[in-house]
Amino acid sequence: MIALDIAINDKQYDNSSSVVLKDIKFTVKPGEFVAIIGPSGSGKTTLLNMLSGLEEATTQKILCNAQPIEDCKELQLGYIFQQPRLMPWLTVQENIQLVLPTIQQTKISHLLAQVGLKGKENYYPKQLSGGMQKRVAIARAFAVNPELILLDEPFNSLDAPTAAKLRLLLVELCKSCNSTVILVTHDLSEAIYLADRIIFMSDSPSSIVHQVNVELPKPRKESGCNELAWQTKLLQQHPDILSGILKTTE
Amino acid sequence: MSPIYGRVIILFILASIWQLVAWLVNSSDFPSLLTVMESFHYHFFQGDMLVNLTVTLKRVLLSFIIAMILGVIIGILMGTSKRLNQLSDTLLIIVLNVPALVTILLCYIWFGLVESAAILAVVINKVPTVVVMIREGARVVDEDLLDVAKVYKLSITKTFFKVFLPQLYPYIMASARAGLSLIWKIVLVVELLGRSDGVGFALNTLFQFFDIAGILAYTFAFISIVLAIENLLFRPLDKLIARGSHHDRT
Repeated sequence: MIALDIAINDKQYDNSSSVVLKDIKFTVKPGEFVAIIGPSGSGKTTLLNMLSGLEEATTQKILCNAQPIEDCKELQLGYIFQQPRLMPWLTVQENIQLVLPTIQQTKISHLLAQVGLKGKENYYPKQLSGGMQKRVAIARAFAVNPELILLDEPFNSLDAPTAAKLRLLLVELCKSCNSTVILVTHDLSEAIYLADRIIFMSDSPSSIVHQVNVELPKPRKESGCNELAWQTKLLQQHPDILSGILKTTE
Repeated sequence: MSPIYGRVIILFILASIWQLVAWLVNSSDFPSLLTVMESFHYHFFQGDMLVNLTVTLKRVLLSFIIAMILGVIIGILMGTSKRLNQLSDTLLIIVLNVPALVTILLCYIWFGLVESAAILAVVINKVPTVVVMIREGARVVDEDLLDVAKVYKLSITKTFFKVFLPQLYPYIMASARAGLSLIWKIVLVVELLGRSDGVGFALNTLFQFFDIAGILAYTFAFISIVLAIENLLFRPLDKLIARGSHHDRT
């Protein structure tokens, strides 16, 4: 299982002088599910992109099991983006096959059955609904047996019942893979439902303003009494936490 | 009414108008369709039409393949590398605007009246137009999809053939279509100026004798071949490329 040690001093884009991320330091334990919450434009996606190697900061140190993440060539990574990002010219099956080094028909069929897309193997993405496309993206991420899964607001464009179903699916798949998970979201109830720990980020230039362990037993319920009570208590203590401001009332 | 019947009816109407006008004009400068068909029959079975068509088609095919391969490679390089694009942009505009006739004459003068000079002249004329079209395609390639390839550590060949190149297929098809019609027109000029066989040479000979029916018979033969290529090659390829781009939902 993968443990992460993240230290990003500052990140700014080449074409802009403004700093996106500043002094981001946190660790992720093996198999831990961490949710990151922050206001829009706080650089949450940038952070995930840096963990996945798509972007780099001027000064960063990301360690994966005590090794620089750039050197972890064998690290199996699953990334579920905001948009499904499927290849429109490939069928559902081919889209999953794309990320696998060898042809693994049985594995793909099994995964598709798990995500409820049995019989849709030969459909093209545009023939599927948004929720179904997201399921394919989830199946693609789990096809590589990921040790680390990055989720970037994966359910934000879906209707509530579909999002709830997919969250349940995600919990099952994560459990079966023993993966370390980092979820970026702006939905506090989603974070409480899924995560072991929640990290709150401030507005840009972002830094971590608060971290809290979700001390609720699993499996949790979406909008369950305990979960709602926990959320209410947190928001009472820090009323502006979702805007990235740590104001304490007690 | 099916589209094929519509097309046949339009062709029939055009043929009837031609026959009627020829009958009214009653001049050897405007031969009737029947005279052209007779001439076609003569040149095809007793003349050198088949040999000339084969020779010209070989030249067209060879220069088409070379021009497309070179054009696609240069277009991709220019579309993906800003620096290379800046360096070669002016050169491209110059080559694009050199008259075809000048290139042909220079090739014949520098390399002699040989087959390779003829092919080279055609290729030089065609490559820049392919480059322009492919460059536009390579500029608008979806970076999000390339990120997927990077995150899932796809090999360079897999990324190129499964993620990058399919995005250029519509541009390659458009330049192939435009290319074929341009190339066969240039090949004819090349043959007229410096070869002793091929359709261009035959047309020149027919022109010496003012054999209008012969000229039209050759045109008819070549248009038939281009129509066959369109129906047997380009349309099926269009369907293959358009896979996954329709919007039927389940």
